[in-house]
Amino acid sequence: MIEIKHLYKTFPSADGDVEALKDITLTIEDGDIFGIIGMSGAGKSTLVRCINMLERPTSGQVIIDGKDLGAMSEKELRAERRNITMIFQHFNLLQQRTCLKNVCFPMELSGVKPQEAKQRAMELLALVGLPDKANAYPSQLSGGQQQRVAIARALATDPKVLLCDEATSALDPNTTHAILELIRDINQKLGITVVIITHQMSVVEEICQHVAILDGGEVAEMGAVGTVFSSPKSSAAKRLVFPTGADELVSDPTVEQRVRVVFNGADAAGKPLIATMAQDKGILVSILAASTRGIEGKAYGSMLLAVPGGKEQVRQVIDYLQSVPGVLAEEV
Amino acid sequence: MFDKLFSPESVQQALDVLKTEIPFGIWETVYVTVLATVLATVIGLPLGVLLVSGDENGVRPLPKPLMHIINIVINLLRSIPFLILMIMAFPLSRLIIGTSVGTVASIVPLVVAAFPFVARLVEGSLREVNPDIIEAAQSMGATPFQIVWKVMLPESVPSLISNFTVAITTVLGYSAMSGIIGGGGLGMIAINYGYYRYKYLTMVVAVLFLILIVQIFQTVGTRLTVKSDKRLR
Repeated sequence: MIEIKHLYKTFPSADGDVEALKDITLTIEDGDIFGIIGMSGAGKSTLVRCINMLERPTSGQVIIDGKDLGAMSEKELRAERRNITMIFQHFNLLQQRTCLKNVCFPMELSGVKPQEAKQRAMELLALVGLPDKANAYPSQLSGGQQQRVAIARALATDPKVLLCDEATSALDPNTTHAILELIRDINQKLGITVVIITHQMSVVEEICQHVAILDGGEVAEMGAVGTVFSSPKSSAAKRLVFPTGADELVSDPTVEQRVRVVFNGADAAGKPLIATMAQDKGILVSILAASTRGIEGKAYGSMLLAVPGGKEQVRQVIDYLQSVPGVLAEEV
Repeated sequence: MFDKLFSPESVQQALDVLKTEIPFGIWETVYVTVLATVLATVIGLPLGVLLVSGDENGVRPLPKPLMHIINIVINLLRSIPFLILMIMAFPLSRLIIGTSVGTVASIVPLVVAAFPFVARLVEGSLREVNPDIIEAAQSMGATPFQIVWKVMLPESVPSLISNFTVAITTVLGYSAMSGIIGGGGLGMIAINYGYYRYKYLTMVVAVLFLILIVQIFQTVGTRLTVKSDKRLR
């Protein structure tokens, strides 16, 4: 479990101190996939670097499995960092080492025997789907492949926590999807807690269970992804969910019920789901917000519907939508 | 000066020097240059590492006053013209080699002149290493020493080789001046057998060999740089 308590980070600058993080308090449960989303400059990257103490917080605590990282010496911290590994936007592989040697690198640092390290590295490369690239150099790989190698490298020391700093921001949508699948896979197979830093709503929607919205260095809103994204309360959350500023203008939550629809690989592409529902059930809903995209012929993303006509109608809508494979619907 | 360059007499003299002096001159030039550059690297490389890692934002910051002194000393040594430095290095040569004249003694001022230069070149190479990669290594729990040894140096190998080539050709140029303090080599031949005796063809021939050696160093250096760089595939 990661507990962040009243964390502040201030950077001194010529025009006075800049408060990058203000009173951040959040808890990330073991095995969770936790998203931290925010616009550029919201403090996401600083926050993730405070989790592994690459940046020492100005005040406040970071406690991982009961151990206060801020109280550790540099030496203890280096050992602890093998438990909290990280992947990056630009992969940050060693350019002059082969993929195999890159994956071996963290094991080299911790003194694992070369033969053992090599064997484990091969297993990890197989896990991320690149067993044939062991002797290739990073420059010979595509972005997605490089990120797979970086993931294998991050897993080399058997960590409990994987920090992903904008790990998919430099990748195209298809590759992003594949990398997220891999991260989810790792989370489920190995039980590693994943913290995802991103500015992309779609990333959080696709894979995260919980989310914290960071705005101006503060946590604006936090909770289960479904709850936060379907009924955003803070203005920062509303800006993310309704980029064009719809929301109350279009629908009055006291009159209409809201249903959030999540497409998670639904075979819905090319099928007018909402229109079909209107035809079959005679229920006319309005779409408050939608962000969906097709990847490999399947639909991903989410939609927020306003349903008139009370609880019964809402139940019908949910039942109808849930009957489509890969579609989740919930009232919010 | 060049009107009688190709007179039969001067051609004959040049051929004589070519046979008798040049081969040993080449050997002396090459061995003085290589030895001086290697020794300068032995001092300059760790110093360059120190300049980068001991920096305020380096992997192992050192006290600012110390860094300040190191920087001043390097700049100071680099400001002194080599001709003057050779003379100023006499006592040091006597201390180390036992004499202040001759080919071997000329290695001392060459090393003194070259190691601050090498340190600056190494500093430049190491500063080119992507800071994100260093951060990645830190996130894996690498010690400052491991970062230098396993990240910064290996990642900058192509640049280091390229800069080593620059250093060796510069030292070659300096070594040609050491004829003045009795150092041997092609530079000494060009001055003593050529210029001082008005045998300009002999001078030109010796210089041509210097050019040839620089070409060879540079070609080999460039090839090794490209070959060592795994980013260019």
